Amino acid sequence: MTSLRDTAAVTGIGETRYLRGTEKSALRFTLEASLAAIADAGLTPRDIDGVIAYASGAVVAEDLLTNFGSEDFRFSATTPMGGASPVAALQCAAMAVATGVATHMLIPLGRDGYSGGRIGRRVGAMRQFRVVSEFEAPVGANAPAQYYAPMARRHMALYGTTSEQFAEVAVTMRRHAALNDNALMRTPMTVADHHASRMIADPFRLLDCCLESDGGAAVVVSGAERARNMPRPPIWLSGMGVGHPDSPSAITQRPDMTRLGLAKAAPRAFEMAGVTHDDIDVAEIYDCFTYTVVCQLEDLGFCPKGEGGAFVEDGRIGLGGALPTNTHGGLLSQAHVVGLNHVVELVRQLRGDCGTRQVDGAEVGLVTGYGDLGDGSIAIMHR
Amino acid sequence: MNAPNIARPLPEPTAESRPYWEGLKGHRLVLQRCAACKTPRHYPRPMCAACFSLEDEWFEASGTGTVHSWTVSHHAFHRGFKIDIPYVLLTVDLADGVRMVAPLVELVDDDASRLTLDLPVVLDYQDVSDKITLPRFRIDG
Repeated sequence: MTSLRDTAAVTGIGETRYLRGTEKSALRFTLEASLAAIADAGLTPRDIDGVIAYASGAVVAEDLLTNFGSEDFRFSATTPMGGASPVAALQCAAMAVATGVATHMLIPLGRDGYSGGRIGRRVGAMRQFRVVSEFEAPVGANAPAQYYAPMARRHMALYGTTSEQFAEVAVTMRRHAALNDNALMRTPMTVADHHASRMIADPFRLLDCCLESDGGAAVVVSGAERARNMPRPPIWLSGMGVGHPDSPSAITQRPDMTRLGLAKAAPRAFEMAGVTHDDIDVAEIYDCFTYTVVCQLEDLGFCPKGEGGAFVEDGRIGLGGALPTNTHGGLLSQAHVVGLNHVVELVRQLRGDCGTRQVDGAEVGLVTGYGDLGDGSIAIMHR
Repeated sequence: MNAPNIARPLPEPTAESRPYWEGLKGHRLVLQRCAACKTPRHYPRPMCAACFSLEDEWFEASGTGTVHSWTVSHHAFHRGFKIDIPYVLLTVDLADGVRMVAPLVELVDDDASRLTLDLPVVLDYQDVSDKITLPRFRIDG
């Protein structure tokens, strides 16, 4: 059996400035970020022969092809897993370039999440939320905070997880964002600030919730042979996986609502990569809510189910800790580009380009995605 | 919940879900189950995930259950719910074998602080339009 391990690499990354307030369209952010990633890879837009557009976004592949004047486009796909889509797209892109179907795949994402429609409006229009729209929106569950809060509450009730532990996640992400001049929220935060922020959907306070922002990010994925001869050091895709939780379209009916799709994806990715948890130098974990980080640390296998709260204590997930996590500030304090900013950050860390927030000697890292009521994705990379 | 003065999202029953909504309209909890292996399921859908039968039937459920989890909403993501905040949304393990999400009837005193896993609750009904009745729960006892 063949394996995808190290058959493809991330060869280009790009980001726009992140904003809260813009006249720009999602497409314009997508194009700006794409140009940056393509230039970083030493390519021109017409070298891109495959695109994975964001399935829940405003931009489709044809928008890019039209603007690029593409004449030899070979592969188009989407990976419809909500916030797990961009990391799932890495696996799809690797499959395309490893098999020779495409040469250079572009994974772009631009959005006007702050200035355009907010999440409470957006979810109702998504087909994957059809079931909750019929049965849960009418009784007052209208946004992800309300869908995910019962998962967090049950985790707290079963395992003794605390709001102080959630605060630890928020405070750590903010501390990292302070070291990133392209992060939106850089004012220092304390646990007391977290506890004083207004309640949104108990147990989630305002500072347990991620940002809505405007901006774009993009990455280029190329096959192994090409990647070795491109300007920037290739960052190898060594292990990848995706997974759906049981009862993927309704958390309410999920046998164990504290277990996510990532719990199924992670073992596959670690096996493909041939690494262990101790090998991971840096982690970029999808943080739409503080709790989501706690739960994913368990589902990744860094600690047993129920011990994620204790795991994030004592600075373990901060720079200088055992598992530096979301070194860019994450969705909680940098920006929300559906976690493609997490992919960009992991590549930067493994290139050694992170300046004051660089994890010393980072050689192996992982990035996760989480979305659509619990879908999970993971990519393990190395330099 | 209070009478809304801003339109709230209302369910649009489908061929699949109509018996459920018609049951609520008559203040009865009617749930779907597999006609072949009798496994109950919610939310309504065409196929039994236990035996893959496409034949279903409907049964009158007890409407009693226990709290599986909950959230207290302090922010209205839809303006129609603003007059209700804070309100409790319960996820309930029904004795009939599936779960439901529905609000706890109007919050009084320290209702929210009484919430624990496995707290017994019983289904109640709220007529919100000529066609639609929504479920809600009361603490049992």
